[in-house]
Amino acid sequence: MATAFSATLPLHGSSSQENRLLLPSTRLPPPPPPSSFLGSTRSLPIRRLNHAHASRRSPVVAVQEIVKAKKPTNSLLITKEEGLVLYEDMILGRSFEDMCAQMYYRGKMFGFVHLYNGQEAVSTGFIKLLTQSDSVVSTYRDHVHALSKGVSARAVMSELFGKVTGCCRGQGGSMHMFSKEHNMLGGFAFIGEGIPVATGAAFTSKYKREVLKQDCDDVTVAFFGDGTCNNGQFYECLNMAALYKLPIIFVVENNLWAIGMSHLRSTSDPEIWKKGPAFGMPGVHVDGMDVLKVREVAKEAVARARRGEGPTLVECETYRFRGHSLADPDELRDAAEKAKYAARDPITALKKYLIENKLANEAELKSIEKKIDELVEEAVEFAEASPQPGRSQLLENVFADPKGFGIGPDGRYRCEDPKFTEGTAQV
Amino acid sequence: MWGILRQRGIDGGGLSLRRTRSASVSARSYAAGSKEMTVRDALNSAIDEEMSADPKVFVMGEEVGQYQGAYKITKGLLEKYGPERVYDTPITEAGFTGIGVGAAYAGLKPVVEFMTFNFSMQAIDHIINSAAKSNYMSAGQINVPIVFRGPNGAAAGVGAQHSQCYAAWYASVPGLKVLAPYSAEDARGLLKAAIRDPDPVVFLENELLYGESFPISEEALDSSFCLPIGKAKIERQGKDVTIVTFSKMVGFALKAAEKLAEEGISAEVINLRSIRPLDRATINASVRKTSRLVTVEEGFPQHGVCAEICASVVEESFSYLDAPVERIAGADVPMPYAANLERLALPQVEDIVRAAKRACYRSK
Repeated sequence: MATAFSATLPLHGSSSQENRLLLPSTRLPPPPPPSSFLGSTRSLPIRRLNHAHASRRSPVVAVQEIVKAKKPTNSLLITKEEGLVLYEDMILGRSFEDMCAQMYYRGKMFGFVHLYNGQEAVSTGFIKLLTQSDSVVSTYRDHVHALSKGVSARAVMSELFGKVTGCCRGQGGSMHMFSKEHNMLGGFAFIGEGIPVATGAAFTSKYKREVLKQDCDDVTVAFFGDGTCNNGQFYECLNMAALYKLPIIFVVENNLWAIGMSHLRSTSDPEIWKKGPAFGMPGVHVDGMDVLKVREVAKEAVARARRGEGPTLVECETYRFRGHSLADPDELRDAAEKAKYAARDPITALKKYLIENKLANEAELKSIEKKIDELVEEAVEFAEASPQPGRSQLLENVFADPKGFGIGPDGRYRCEDPKFTEGTAQV
Repeated sequence: MWGILRQRGIDGGGLSLRRTRSASVSARSYAAGSKEMTVRDALNSAIDEEMSADPKVFVMGEEVGQYQGAYKITKGLLEKYGPERVYDTPITEAGFTGIGVGAAYAGLKPVVEFMTFNFSMQAIDHIINSAAKSNYMSAGQINVPIVFRGPNGAAAGVGAQHSQCYAAWYASVPGLKVLAPYSAEDARGLLKAAIRDPDPVVFLENELLYGESFPISEEALDSSFCLPIGKAKIERQGKDVTIVTFSKMVGFALKAAEKLAEEGISAEVINLRSIRPLDRATINASVRKTSRLVTVEEGFPQHGVCAEICASVVEESFSYLDAPVERIAGADVPMPYAANLERLALPQVEDIVRAAKRACYRSK
């Protein structure tokens, strides 16, 4: 299967020697000169979609080529409204996570808390393209995914404080953000656990369309890290998603570190995007510190999934500015590496883009920042003032079935039938 | 090869594919139907009826489709419902179990088959962490109407890695319902209840019971028939000792009860049907009547289902007990291969008879 569609986008003008993830330049054409155009300028041999010849696997088209082909020259990638939405979402993610750190060190938040600082471009770039009925599945680093998907800051903050007004009434915590309303399907502590669940949600979209004959083009986006890409479940799901052509996008947030284990020390071939074509889906590498590049790749991947052409694997090169969790002293990472990525802060980059392209001025962006600060502060006050869960909540919701006796022939719960004698099925 | 059983010359038998129950039927307390059905057909008909009643139900597992099921439980379903509802998966327990859980999150009702429950260990993260715990972690927002089914426990000569009983492991997890049918009526009723249920259900079948025929009533053959979860069945009334067990051991306990009856001991046999929620009320009511308890299971003894039953009875009915509680389980070793050692590693009818006599202070 050709890897023609697996391109490497130019990264903030860095040369190929600096970037450890690129192959030595003898095996790749030289990178194009840096330009203000966000997107690939490299021309690639691609396979055209050929509907006349049905093949067992659908031919895959280079994502970048489509982006390049459909984008008219000399126009911007986003409108002012879109730009402000993206900016606000990233500022919300950043402020919220910073506030979490403060609250944790003050003892209001406890347990394991994993912060997303630095990776906002990935969450915003993908999730802001989704509808409410599309699903997102994440890992333990899920606060910002929940916020981008639409869960209110108050609900997330209360959940972190363990209060009854949290999105899971304080029963899930930092690592288990669930919201049925917003189709945020968790929040999983085990890495790799969310990938099959996301594949199942995508499976349901396809099943609804083909078996239940409903009008359903929902897609699912699964977020996970570089460490997960060495886990068996990842490969099992790449195989089945491509086999069943499921509407899913696998997004790797490659921040180069799995706690203290460097991606390069633990992976035989560190280029994760290459693993997509091995299973019959496009594999794309994108600069995850640039929200507009992420968004362009996301647009095509989501459109592909909605059209029924199957999954895409997107590797986002990104970085977490803080440690793995708030308990991580973060001693193994090199200060120079951190400084390099701090200089590529996605929020600063978007701000620069908006101002340079006259989409917004300082005052507008400042007012957004102020608005978000107030929102986050209000969320903290709300969470503080909220009560802890009542004692009776301990035993609730173990089963959906109120007493655990199952459903009777009439379709109602057996325990609702007054003639059914009560057993000791304590839930 | 799957499904090939060796003919055994032991009276604890019931291992032959072709043996049907005959004279012992009339001693049973349930409706004596004129029809007989194998457990295999009962399971097949249950899945078939639930799939036709609800288009959201689908089957997924290894060899469930074109192969007609590794143990032929899903025979005919592919032809009837097509490949969009009966999925032959690649050999990826973690992957396809997770896909089933994700599909259940999103509103479908998967029936995931494990070729044996030993293979479920490769997917146990999804059964426990993403299925069992989700309704609780999400505070009731996301329930998981999934059924995990397959043969559990020892078969005949399949060795240590294919013979473990997982009832105790799964039944210790809050958020799972764990069912273990014995007869064809149990199989039909409990599987139908499990598929309709809004919570994750672990359905532990037994390979050696698949070919056994049981009488089945007209009521049980009706397509709306289903049994309650969390309720045990008293298979045989008695007044001297209570024998509590589940799955294949119910058959052994019934044979033991007959032997005991010849010696004047009237044994009450309780078929648990549901390991979680455990029907403590029925067990304790029976022990309060007989004052003696013998529990039997096939699995490993330490931290087993029997341990839980004994603890429950001691906690709740201590002053009614006239003898120490008796617990019979499989030997505390991985299952050996040699036929005679395998027989020694599993409870036999004689063991149950001996334990019941000990409880009645009738042995030396």
